[in-house]
Amino acid sequence: MQRRDFLKECGLFLLVTKAVEGLFGAGAAAAEEPAGTKAGGGSGGESGNGGDHLYGMAIDVDKCIGCGRCVEACKTENGVPKEPFFCRTWVERYTVKTDNTLVVQSITSAGQKSDAPVEEKEIKRSFFVPKLCNHCAHPPCVQVCPVGATFSTKEGVVIVDEERCIGCRYCIQACPYGARYLNPETHTADKCTFCYHRVTKGMLPACVEVCPTQARIFGDLKGKASPLQRFERMRKIHTLKPGLNTEPKVFYADLDGVVR
Amino acid sequence: MSEIPSPPSRIPEQVRRLGVVAVLMAGGFIVVRTWAISPEYKDTSLQKSEAVEREKAKPVHYAGAAACTECHEDQCGEQQLGKHRNLSCGTCHGALQKHVDDPLNEANRPYAPRERDFCPQCHAYDPARPTGFPQINPAIHNPLKPCISCHKPHAPEPPETPQECSACHAEIARTKMVSPHALLECTTCHTTLEEHKTTPRGAKPSRPTTREFCGTCHNKGTAEKSAPKVDLATHEVKYLCWQCHYPHSP
Ligand code: HEC
Ligand code: HEC
Ligand code: HEC
Ligand code: HEC
Ligand code: HEC
Ligand code: HEC
Ligand code: HEC
Ligand code: HEC
Repeated sequence: MQRRDFLKECGLFLLVTKAVEGLFGAGAAAAEEPAGTKAGGGSGGESGNGGDHLYGMAIDVDKCIGCGRCVEACKTENGVPKEPFFCRTWVERYTVKTDNTLVVQSITSAGQKSDAPVEEKEIKRSFFVPKLCNHCAHPPCVQVCPVGATFSTKEGVVIVDEERCIGCRYCIQACPYGARYLNPETHTADKCTFCYHRVTKGMLPACVEVCPTQARIFGDLKGKASPLQRFERMRKIHTLKPGLNTEPKVFYADLDGVVR
Repeated sequence: MSEIPSPPSRIPEQVRRLGVVAVLMAGGFIVVRTWAISPEYKDTSLQKSEAVEREKAKPVHYAGAAACTECHEDQCGEQQLGKHRNLSCGTCHGALQKHVDDPLNEANRPYAPRERDFCPQCHAYDPARPTGFPQINPAIHNPLKPCISCHKPHAPEPPETPQECSACHAEIARTKMVSPHALLECTTCHTTLEEHKTTPRGAKPSRPTTREFCGTCHNKGTAEKSAPKVDLATHEVKYLCWQCHYPHSP
């Protein structure tokens, strides 16, 4: 074959593939972005897209007593398997020992016995940190999903479409907060939805409902005056792993530097 | 470079045939993709809104504290004033949407956590709990008795000794507070005149004097259910009861 012909055919091939890609690519992209979501731009990212609400949660770390009612309530409300390995929300016990080593234990099932890992005199400081999906504005889990089964709703809640999820676990790997697990019954990825079925009816998420000390505060980041708004205004707020630029919508007050 | 005579067609026969097949396949693909597959399979916004609807339709299990008020005014009112006011009913009674929907159905009968190991889930001492949160050591805090025998679950306060007595008899009051007799008023056993509080030695309260007094609750066959029973006729008849049992901490 001549070089000329070779180049010609290459060119033709490229043209054809480009055309085909254009045909489908454009169609897919158009469906992806219902009217001008990109225009919102910057800060809100995908979740700033014009819903009436933008849900968020604040955690008052100093109030958590590690009773685990939230873990139990979450499992009951959402049909999460009772075993410790599966949970949408959990509570971590941080123990900084007098020699400055750190021990982290997790309460991941109802009534799980949780004791301090060491003698009290060996403890420098110790506290509980409730964890859950951060409902990031830029969720890494959404980016990696090969079938588009997980996405942010217009309220900024990241949910999983169980009917599309193929259980490949990419998102579980991608989540920097370890907030996803593979449901052993449905074999799909599962995660916190802020109890979407409750909050859209004006109820509180189950974990917030049962928290005895108001360590969890749920609300609308777009609303006017609310406990969440007040909390954000008056307290010094942190998010987990801010360096990853995920822009979490779960805010922590009085978070210790050792918390990962 | 010398000219090589070109063949009749510069594309070989087999490539052309393959080309035809490829074009047919591509065409078929486009036809199927564009017309044969229904739009809901392709439209991601449609899929998303379906997933959102499915998520919304999931059943609610925890009813929310407001749901209880209409039928259980007493407990709700009581709790409003007590130290447990921030607790939601569901925190202790569990997921009760079914009970709210159909309260008379025995199958949905709510669970009330009466057993002793329930409350320590929150109140057992733990170094990781914030200072100031009321904590006890369940091993030594009035062991063997259910917590609710001394603390009302909906408005838990430590059982109070009337201020009038504990002001001066603090030691006895403290002892009795954590004893099996915690719930007996001082005046159950001591008839006390009002003057005693101003002139204590001038108007001394009564003291029990007979075995039969204790027997009113402890003798076999008496009505008082929660008191353990002995047979007064045989139980250490030679002595007064408080020669062996300290009455404030029997
Ligand atoms: C529509 C009225 C209604 C509502 C709403 C309702 N209940 Fe009840 N509840 C009842 C009735 C009636 C009974 C008595 C059932 C019986 O004694 O057989 C009862 C009994 C109970 C009991 C007693 C169980 C026991 O062992 O004695 C508890 C605890 C209870 N309800 C908790 C709740 C809580 C918590 C809520 C809110 C989530 C709630 N109920 C909402 C009507 C209601
Ligand atoms: C700290 C845990 C706790 C919370 C919070 C709580 N309960 Fe209870 N509840 C109990 C316990 C324990 C009992 C059993 C009391 C007994 O047997 O004397 C009980 C009993 C009841 C009963 C049965 C009647 C009675 O008084 O014995 C009703 C009805 C009831 N609760 C309703 C409610 C409602 C309504 C709320 C929310 C306002 C609520 N409870 C919150 C622990 C709790
Ligand atoms: C889900 C957690 C939780 C459970 C379960 C719970 N409590 Fe509490 N309890 C609390 C909170 C929160 C307070 C308020 C603490 C405060 O005021 O700082 C409290 C306060 C109290 C107090 C008042 C302490 C004081 O300093 O006056 C008593 C007594 C008490 N609870 C007893 C009980 C008993 C008895 C039970 C079992 C029926 C029980 N609690 C179950 C969370 C709980
Ligand atoms: C015999 C009655 C009795 C029983 C049973 C009992 N308590 Fe108490 N509790 C008291 C008295 C009296 C006090 C106040 C004096 C004290 O601190 O010891 C008290 C205080 C408390 C306090 C407040 C402590 C603080 O620092 O403010 C809590 C919390 C408490 N009890 C929880 C419980 C729990 C949980 C149980 C069941 C495991 C229980 N109690 C069983 C009598 C009792
Ligand atoms: C103003 C302080 C004060 C108050 C209030 C008070 N007491 Fe006394 N009480 C005393 C003193 C002082 C004595 C005499 C102790 C002695 O004689 O050794 C006493 C003696 C007693 C005695 C022993 C009587 C005897 O025969 O020796 C009893 C029983 C008693 N008080 C019961 C009560 C009761 C019950 C109350 C609450 C209704 C109460 N007290 C309130 C100061 C007080
Ligand atoms: C179960 C009944 C009973 C109750 C309840 C009771 N006492 Fe007594 N108390 C007695 C008896 C019996 C004596 C007499 C003991 C003796 O003579 O050795 C006594 C004696 C006393 C005495 C005399 C000093 C002593 O320690 O023997 C005082 C003071 C006293 N009680 C105060 C109180 C106070 C204050 C309360 C409430 C906090 C109280 N008592 C509750 C039965 C009771
Ligand atoms: C008003 C009724 C009443 C009177 C009067 C009374 N008691 Fe009691 N007593 C009780 C009750 C109720 C209990 C059990 C409390 C529990 O365990 O729940 C009890 C428990 C006891 C116990 C068992 C303690 C244990 O370790 O289980 C002894 C011993 C006792 N009382 C002795 C006495 C003596 C001695 C007197 C007389 C000074 C007396 N009681 C008067 C109600 C009474
Ligand atoms: C000579 C000392 C003595 C005298 C006096 C005495 N007891 Fe006892 N009592 C005992 C002993 C010992 C026990 C057994 C304790 C045990 O089994 O743990 C007991 C047990 C009891 C119990 C049962 C406690 C339980 O947990 O079941 C009661 C109630 C009781 N006595 C009440 C009385 C009463 C009321 C009187 C006065 C009529 C009295 N006692 C007089 C020594 C005495």
